[in-house]
Amino acid sequence: MDTTVTSSSGTVGRADKTLDAFNARPLGGGRGGLGDGPGGPNGKGPGGGGQRDGWTPGSYRIGVLVGLASITMMFSALASAYIVRSGLPGPNDWQQTTIPSFLWVSTAVIVASSFTVAFALKSLKGKNDAAFRRWLGATLVLGLAFISSQLLAWKQLVAQGLYLASNPHSSFLYVLTGLHGIHLLGGIGGLSYLIFRAWRRAEVGARGEAKLKAFADVVAIYWHFMDGLWVFLFLLLFLWR
Amino acid sequence: MAEVETLGHEETHDEHDEAHGGPIHHHGPPTGFIRKYIFSIDHKVIGIQYLLLALFSVFIGLVMSVLMRIKLTWPGTSITLLETLFPQGAPGGVMTPEFYLSLVTMHGTIMVFFVLTTAPQGGFGNYFLPIQIGAEDMAFPVLNMLSFWVTFVGLVVLVLAIFAGGNQGWDLTPNLGFPVVGPTGGWTGYPTLSAIGDKLNVPGQGTGMNLWITSIAIFCIASLLGALNFITTLLNMRAPGMSLMRMPLTCWAWFTTAILALLSFPVLLAAGVLLLLDRNAGTSFFVPGGLSGGSGTELLKNYDGGSPILWQHLFWFFGHPEVYIAILPGMGATSHILSTFARKPVFGYRAMVFALFAIGLLGFFVWGHHMFLSGMSPYTGMAFSVLTLSIGVPSAIKTFNWLGTLWGGRIRFTTPMLFAVGFVSLFVAGGITGLILGQTSLDLAMHDTYIVPAHFHLVMGVAAIFGMFAGVYFWFPKMFGRMMSETLGKIHFWPTMIGVYAIFIPMHAMGIVGMPRRYSQFTEIVNGKEEHIYKFLTSTDPLVIFVTISAIVTAIVQVLFFFNFFWSIFKGKKASDNPWEATTLEWVTATPPPHDNFGGKIPTVYRGAYEFSVPGAPDDYVMQTTPDETGPNVVTAGHGTIKGNGDGHNGHK
Repeated sequence: MDTTVTSSSGTVGRADKTLDAFNARPLGGGRGGLGDGPGGPNGKGPGGGGQRDGWTPGSYRIGVLVGLASITMMFSALASAYIVRSGLPGPNDWQQTTIPSFLWVSTAVIVASSFTVAFALKSLKGKNDAAFRRWLGATLVLGLAFISSQLLAWKQLVAQGLYLASNPHSSFLYVLTGLHGIHLLGGIGGLSYLIFRAWRRAEVGARGEAKLKAFADVVAIYWHFMDGLWVFLFLLLFLWR
Repeated sequence: MAEVETLGHEETHDEHDEAHGGPIHHHGPPTGFIRKYIFSIDHKVIGIQYLLLALFSVFIGLVMSVLMRIKLTWPGTSITLLETLFPQGAPGGVMTPEFYLSLVTMHGTIMVFFVLTTAPQGGFGNYFLPIQIGAEDMAFPVLNMLSFWVTFVGLVVLVLAIFAGGNQGWDLTPNLGFPVVGPTGGWTGYPTLSAIGDKLNVPGQGTGMNLWITSIAIFCIASLLGALNFITTLLNMRAPGMSLMRMPLTCWAWFTTAILALLSFPVLLAAGVLLLLDRNAGTSFFVPGGLSGGSGTELLKNYDGGSPILWQHLFWFFGHPEVYIAILPGMGATSHILSTFARKPVFGYRAMVFALFAIGLLGFFVWGHHMFLSGMSPYTGMAFSVLTLSIGVPSAIKTFNWLGTLWGGRIRFTTPMLFAVGFVSLFVAGGITGLILGQTSLDLAMHDTYIVPAHFHLVMGVAAIFGMFAGVYFWFPKMFGRMMSETLGKIHFWPTMIGVYAIFIPMHAMGIVGMPRRYSQFTEIVNGKEEHIYKFLTSTDPLVIFVTISAIVTAIVQVLFFFNFFWSIFKGKKASDNPWEATTLEWVTATPPPHDNFGGKIPTVYRGAYEFSVPGAPDDYVMQTTPDETGPNVVTAGHGTIKGNGDGHNGHK
């Protein structure tokens, strides 16, 4: 297969440059590229191109971005429900909960974890494996600390006599923190796997490195998203109204 | 040789890969029965699994619809088998109103989710999207397997909802006599019935309703996984030369559908979680205050201040894109098949792509037209109405382009072609009443009458089913290596085509007369004589009987299809690689396609998807893999070398 073609307009595979070292063929933008123009001169030759082993760095990145779009929709729906529910007329059943102090801790912890995961990624790009693992470890600890802090915040709520069904605000508080927590657990799973792979590479060579980088990249994207999502939920829960 | 993959499945590669000297495949063909046919990660097997799941579901849904028609037409009739199966739902073999409502619910849920959503997208999309773009599999094969099996679990839970447990809570005690009926909330599951039905001891609203919501939530997750896979695959796995505007319209339809699913199912999932909490944890998201229990006591005092309308907004924000999820793949298949058998390029390819996207996009802004009667502000209703009517524009673009594709073609009336033409007919006939119902002033009168079921059954029910029939007849040879019987196919088509119109056209009239939906019967026994409760419906009697007989006949005719399908798998005429003389990549490869779709070779694409009747070409079709003389001199697979094609015929640029 002779693809003598320049990559077609590839907005997808920005990370592809790193692969040239081991890949004789240019990867193009993913396979066919996102643009609708054929790749070759005069629009007649084949566009795209790439290695046919079912994996390109683009696939992780597209996958996680698409997944995050879906998560965004879910929390948008819940946020809309929150806003609508808080504005419903009728009996004054909505009682705004005061901020459980542990939620401040959670917020600080998860914002800090965004920095550690960014440092981890930077270390990986600087080929500093030890630092990479260290920063990943720090992120994992912070992630677990966040989950613990959220649970402690729930404990504080319970101590105040605020349960899931106590009033709409407490209902939303539990639902939103709970669903965010479940999604963050997914992030912790990804992070743990990344740490495992950072210790024990599955593949050696440039391809293995590229794969690890791509995976680290999507874990970081997901992690930052979870951080931002929490900050949004925190503001929604306690600043709205 | 091959390394073990890290993130997907762990499976060693066999020498198959090396034999072709090609790059490493990410999974070799599995050998064991279980890995090959049950927990397969091959998108083709998964596609067939989805199709079989849908076939099973459509059978159940069909039987339910016939039962409903029988109840509506002959309310006192006794069916012995029903008494055996559902002693409580049909005591003495006579269906109770609750049983009828649970049939409505289950027919709707099974058909919308497990037939109209799974078969066109999960079935055909899974099987043909990777092949049509020249990929060896989906981007995430393990995720693909997972999405099918999660769907399967969803279906099992849904079927359990009919049979399991008591009227309250999570009573999962197996009841061998199956004494209960399923949930009665309809496929829309509106609170407050769906939220507090168990507190009022409504049959079927206990465990059944909990299982129903759980099943939908599971289905949401499965669809999300599938959609994620489709989008990533299409963006990232296209073969060299397969630019977006060279893709078959089927791929565009699956892509648009995946985007709709990706953005709408999370909303339903969120709503489902809240509804489950309302039922089981005592929250008040959707349940208003001031409700009293069945006996008029202050039973429900812990609920306060919620809004059932909030559920409607969340549900229909999902629900409207959902009906496009059902119909868009049918549109794609229709465009594909019309072009193939008219031996002409699709008329206005680019316009077709934009129309698909326009329909998908507008679908997110019209959910309010399901709620005109919910007391919304007339200004809001006006906005939703205008947006709804504007969907007529891209729909008309599609319709006229289909007609334009047919115009002047040398049409081959094969069975898939008949069903594709039938799709166009049904889509127009059903869509046109959308313009009537989309206007607030008319909808206020017609809402919840029979014109609504008539409208949506034609346009997203039967039309989508016709799209599937067209797809089955068209792609069957590629999937199973044998042709379906054309004779049986045509005998199947005509009674079905006439039958569905005979069922649904009279329903429009019933609706205009004012016959309400969801009522289990319209008569009562007065002095030993059956009389209409609503005298104005007396005139509809002959129509009701006519519709029911049409429904029974049409349902029986479908036996032909089931027979043809299973008989042809084993006894059909052997199919060649390209029996329809079509142009796209699935017809380049062997029949049925090998495990990695193209036998280790990678097709290179040189032209658009619908190059039929190209002047100067030796045949009346040019495969997408046929190079131009001026193009790179590579022939990869398929039709061999067609020379002398000349300039200016390289597709839809």
